[in-house]
Amino acid sequence: MQPVISVKKLCKKFGDFVAVNEIDFEVQKGEIFAFLGPNGAGKSTTIKMLTTLMQPTSGELHLAGFDVTKEQDSVRKSFGIVFQDPSLDDELTAYENMMIHATMYAIPHHERNLKIEELLKLVDLWERRMGRIKTFSGGMRRRLEIARALLHHPQIMFLDEPTLGLDVQTRNLLWNYVKELNRLKGMTIFFTTHYLGEAEDVAQRIAIIDHGKIVAMGTVEELKAKTGGTRDLEEAYLMLTGKEVRDEILDTEGVNKERNRSIIKAKTR
Amino acid sequence: MDVIYILWLRQCRRFFRSGIRVLLGFMQPLVYMLALGYGLNAVFVNSGNGSYLQFIVPGIMVQVILFTSMFWGANVVWDRQFGFLKEMLVSPVSRLRIILGNALGGVTVSLFQGLVLFIISVIVGFRPCNWALVPVAILFMSMLSMAIVGFSAGVGAMVDEMGGFVAVNNFLVIPLFFLSSSLFPLDHVPPAMKVIAEFNPISYAVDAIRTCLINKTHFGLLKDFLVLAFTMVITICFGTYRFMKIQA
Repeated sequence: MQPVISVKKLCKKFGDFVAVNEIDFEVQKGEIFAFLGPNGAGKSTTIKMLTTLMQPTSGELHLAGFDVTKEQDSVRKSFGIVFQDPSLDDELTAYENMMIHATMYAIPHHERNLKIEELLKLVDLWERRMGRIKTFSGGMRRRLEIARALLHHPQIMFLDEPTLGLDVQTRNLLWNYVKELNRLKGMTIFFTTHYLGEAEDVAQRIAIIDHGKIVAMGTVEELKAKTGGTRDLEEAYLMLTGKEVRDEILDTEGVNKERNRSIIKAKTR
Repeated sequence: MDVIYILWLRQCRRFFRSGIRVLLGFMQPLVYMLALGYGLNAVFVNSGNGSYLQFIVPGIMVQVILFTSMFWGANVVWDRQFGFLKEMLVSPVSRLRIILGNALGGVTVSLFQGLVLFIISVIVGFRPCNWALVPVAILFMSMLSMAIVGFSAGVGAMVDEMGGFVAVNNFLVIPLFFLSSSLFPLDHVPPAMKVIAEFNPISYAVDAIRTCLINKTHFGLLKDFLVLAFTMVITICFGTYRFMKIQA
């Protein structure tokens, strides 16, 4: 079976700093895949490259059968994304934000209102559709972003730390939506999180990235076995990344300074 | 078309919903128009140049459009800061259409402000020499706005944060306005100043609008049009190019 996400020797450099270092992985259709790693390990950079927001330095990237660097329009129609940071227009209403998305993704006119209503009801925001986003709580915004990302029937859903800063109830609700979408529509889910319990509960397969390299990949059981029969994912994760994290903390200033310098250099170029 | 329209509508909504800020935007140019227009009128009349209010209104209309359009690039910075830019950039819409829709919104807002100020000026005593030429003046106002919006979008795409944008904005907008023919005729200024004003595209916008509204020209309408059209092409190319290069 053709994988829905295929990454080969993917590399991203900012000047001399290598953020993502020749990583390879595949995600099968209908899979829930977690991409874990400490801060600065290369998670967000990888997601940016997968979602056409950033050009890779080298390597091959395929999404839903399309080449990410060459067939950007087809790729962009194939996925939905919930970003780590908010990405709504605060001055507009929930409905208007949805309508802009529906228009940008060329959803047929006659379907727009219906789809928006259906999705806003799904995330319990239909009653608040005329409310401006700036009056919404963090949880409401997140729910709206998920509804928005679903508008164009994406095959793949990227969730970059979707539960950051949310309360337990909202987190619970969110993962239930996600699992249901995966079960009912066969949607492929690619997510990152720092809450390892979430990854353990939801993900069918997990990749752990550190210092731009994938250090382990497999099911929770496989990861536990690989780390000598650790109790849970958190323990396995710490075994795999722990020492390096401590090293990184000691060295973090140097690395970050170097990295910032490289980013600034890259940007000014 | 659909996308350009919805992004245009977005910019218009954002502006008209900003409430009191819509009104505050008129305050500065209005003060200029009334204080200078009436205050310096006697001096201007005595020097044999006719009514100063008549002279200054086209300049003030250019001021409104210049300031509003130049600040429009802040929207690019805000969209980046508040994340909506990413939503637009991952969509299957070409960046050209994204910038076009949003920029046309900026042009509409600027023109709206210019026109309201024109109406106010008529109420306080300004009289266009030929009403039939008012639409031509509006055409020139649109060209000016497009040129400046294109430029400021480019600047907005280049800077990461608001402070940088405001600095660039302030650095440019005041000299562009004062070192043009907005507030005084170029006939009797020192040669150096005249040369600077002649290199300043804003002078040509002022001249074109002044020609249409009070039939006083310095460069001639054809030259005004050519300079403005040239500036517009350059700045729009610059803005589009910088916007295409944005990586979120």
